[in-house]
Amino acid sequence: MNKPMRRVGIAMLTMVVLLLANITYIQVVKADDYRTDSRNRRVLLEEYSRQRGSIVSQFDGQVLADVTATDDKLKFERRYTNGPMYAPVTGYYSVRYGSAGMERAEDDILNGSDPRLFVRRLSDMVTGRDPRGGSVQLTINPAVQSAVYNLMTQKGYTGAAVAMNPKTGEILAMVSTPSYDPNALASHDSTTQQEAWTRFTDDPAEPMVNRAISETYPPGSTFKLLVAAAELENGATATTPVSNAPNVKLPGTNVTLENYGGESCPGTTFKDALAYSCNVPFATFAGQLGADKLRATAANFGIGTPLSIPLAVAPSALGDLDSQGALYQSGIGQRDVRLTPLQDLMLSATIANGGMAMKPQLIKSLLGADLSETLQTFSPEKLTGTPALSKENAAVLTDMMIASEANTKGGGKRGDIQIASKTGTAEHGTDPKATPPHAWYTAFAPAADPQIAVAVIVESGGNRGLAATGGTVAAEIGRAAINAQLGGG
Amino acid sequence: MSQPPLSDQAAALYASNPPREMPTRRGTELAMLGFAAFIVTCAFVLVQANQEQELSWAIVWYGLAYLGLFAVAHAAVRRWAAYADPLILPCVALLNGLGLVMIYRIDLANAEEATRSGENFAADAPKQVLFTALSLALFLAVLIVVKDHRTLTRYGYTAGLIGMVALALPAVLPSSLSEVNGAKVWVKLPGFSIQPAEFSKILLMIFFSSFLVAKRDLFMIAGKKVFGVELPRARDLGPLLIAAAVCLLVLVFEKDLGTSLLLFGIVLVMLYVATERAIWVLTGLSFFIVGCLIAYQLFTHVQQRVANWIDPLATYSDPGGGYQIAQGLFGLGTGGVGGTGLGAGRPEIVPESNTDFITAGLGEELGFVGLAAILVVYLLLATRGMRSALAVRDTFGKLLGCGLSFTIVMQVFVIVGGVTKLIPMTGITTPFLSYGGSSLLANYILVALLLRISDAARRPSQKPRPKQPQQQAPLAEAHTVMVQRPPAGGNATGEPTA
Repeated sequence: MNKPMRRVGIAMLTMVVLLLANITYIQVVKADDYRTDSRNRRVLLEEYSRQRGSIVSQFDGQVLADVTATDDKLKFERRYTNGPMYAPVTGYYSVRYGSAGMERAEDDILNGSDPRLFVRRLSDMVTGRDPRGGSVQLTINPAVQSAVYNLMTQKGYTGAAVAMNPKTGEILAMVSTPSYDPNALASHDSTTQQEAWTRFTDDPAEPMVNRAISETYPPGSTFKLLVAAAELENGATATTPVSNAPNVKLPGTNVTLENYGGESCPGTTFKDALAYSCNVPFATFAGQLGADKLRATAANFGIGTPLSIPLAVAPSALGDLDSQGALYQSGIGQRDVRLTPLQDLMLSATIANGGMAMKPQLIKSLLGADLSETLQTFSPEKLTGTPALSKENAAVLTDMMIASEANTKGGGKRGDIQIASKTGTAEHGTDPKATPPHAWYTAFAPAADPQIAVAVIVESGGNRGLAATGGTVAAEIGRAAINAQLGGG
Repeated sequence: MSQPPLSDQAAALYASNPPREMPTRRGTELAMLGFAAFIVTCAFVLVQANQEQELSWAIVWYGLAYLGLFAVAHAAVRRWAAYADPLILPCVALLNGLGLVMIYRIDLANAEEATRSGENFAADAPKQVLFTALSLALFLAVLIVVKDHRTLTRYGYTAGLIGMVALALPAVLPSSLSEVNGAKVWVKLPGFSIQPAEFSKILLMIFFSSFLVAKRDLFMIAGKKVFGVELPRARDLGPLLIAAAVCLLVLVFEKDLGTSLLLFGIVLVMLYVATERAIWVLTGLSFFIVGCLIAYQLFTHVQQRVANWIDPLATYSDPGGGYQIAQGLFGLGTGGVGGTGLGAGRPEIVPESNTDFITAGLGEELGFVGLAAILVVYLLLATRGMRSALAVRDTFGKLLGCGLSFTIVMQVFVIVGGVTKLIPMTGITTPFLSYGGSSLLANYILVALLLRISDAARRPSQKPRPKQPQQQAPLAEAHTVMVQRPPAGGNATGEPTA
């Protein structure tokens, strides 16, 4: 009986050897595959417990997001100073719900896995410090951001405002209201996290939508800047005579297109048409120019170019432009023309920059963990390289915008700053005449040496309802941004 | 091994200067137990340190409970099985201790999760300590009651009957009394519930051993010869076949594939050892393969297990799919060679991390090195058991010891193989490591029996008494001597050559 027992003994040995061989295969050969599998939450949790880098402003190094040490297992909790104000920029960072905004776009730097942080990680390993993530320095100017955000929330507006340095493309402010508090989503308390998520996602006001870059709207009269640029490039001048008729019949239809309020245009020159935002001349211009020329100019303003700042920007578009009627309506920024507020900003910013569109950029530089070491600095970049209009025409258009600003009502005007602007009051919805319009304002200042360009949209008339116009609702916010940037405020 | 008759002088010499006896090696056992306790204590401290908790009183309580329990166990072995193998108990203590540490560690993780989500949380570690205490009480009882393992042969059929009834009980009981998480293997009583199959396997092993030992010779010679192999007569084989078939049917009915596989393996091995015919293994394996194919055709849960085995990542998000195995593999992969360190991994992510998948957690935190060491401890435990079985003199002891030792490795193979995707996952307990009362109780009984057999194997023969003047009755007046029933394969007449 001992012989078969010895054989059973050998069988037992074989079974254990098989197990050992198999765990060798799993834990040595295949280990990396399993470790790095996207469904392996351990890697994610490991990252979440690393000291994440900060998000700071290039202005005085103001901190928008950093971490506080906690005594729970994740060790560090994300903390946002003025969370709702900067949420459209920073996004959120949540164990349960992942991340968004800059937190997602620059995750590799912030969580420390970027190869550029390798040397630092190595030295951390040697010195025994826990590895830390790198930091991201933003172009945002907190003064502008807070001025705009506070004004918009104080008035209870739903909308967005973006400001940038027209010469460099650096985004100085990006506000979307109503907003949400990313601190609640970053909480390590899963109940807080869950409740906040449900509250934000169930809210009909959609606080988590970044209206500045993720939503497109009909631009209304602000689009006339683009049509004007195209018209100037095609031979018109400020004194080119235009029709002052109160309305025009859309070719091929019985529908008429009227000026705002059905009035006649107070002037008869191109400059007057922009200054008073007369619809009839611009509809006619668009019709005369045709779809191709309009599209060419639009492309040079950046419409149709996929854009990442590095947050993904929703594409703006002109629509089909398949008939004269469509061209007429599109000429005043209606029908199928849809722009993001950022794209609308680029209309005035490009004019401010002498006709050359700059690539909008949110990141100034990427820094090491202790903010002293610079990994990468971003320099200004031209968007397409082809100017949307010549320097001379840009100067002409600036003049026309100064005249437009002179006709624009609303608060925030200061004698010492010369603003060039254009307002818009865009109809939308299924019953446009009965739906409060979107109020637009896009501007730059000082007109002579532009330091800041801004675009503002207040959805559905803000607090003025059907009577809202770009001037009465949106202009004040744009001017607040300009004032904040240029001092005083 | 009969002693040559001694002369009176030799007897006197023996009394004054006895030959060297087999050492009991209890000191070795104590030292090894101390070593196991040291490892377990270090493991506890590591868990606490890595969880960034202060060294709390919990560690003292768990430590004292652990030390107390195994001190009692050691004392009991000293008293009632003095010659038992010195490594068996320390191996068990080490495995049990590591299991306790892991259960405690997963408790910490779950408690944190529970406080975060505001749920109530009941820790498993104190219950496991309680189960360990109960198990050791049972262990003690077995050592005391079963003074000689050969007495068990008397209860062979009884054990077989009880074992089969216990095995079948959950299948007969309504689901409300027998089903937990889809496995109909429980008997739920008010206050506690048990998995009778865990105990059945030991009872059935006792039955198989006594049955096979009794019928051994018949198996080997009495049947017809087919293809050069003597087949036993059906009436000799009958009870065994019926028992095996009933076991398997019951288990298929209860969907407990793991225990089914385990019992099948044990029956096969015991049959092979008893008859010394490899043909049994081959026949058994062919039946097994046919059975597997039929089961695969008939049962969706078997198909599911196989699909999860072939590629757990493909069935990752299916209901009842490979999520659990995949998470286990992710844990093992993250642990890699060296492991994350005790308390520094995330073993709680794997569902059932403190029962079926406890080895995945150990593999994650202790790495390949630690998991391999644990497997080697199991192997050591089983080979020591096997060594005792080889050395014991009676065939019943041999067969039972062999079965018990093989059971340990077979359990480990079925569960660890399942967790590491070597074989389809079938879900049985990991002996001594995983959380659960039934498994622990049953495995401690198993170890008590092994110790008893090993004690018998190493205990020196009875000291020869000085020769008494024998009253020799005249042959003609001598009554017929009733030869003692051979409960253990004719031990009385010496060991049959194997």
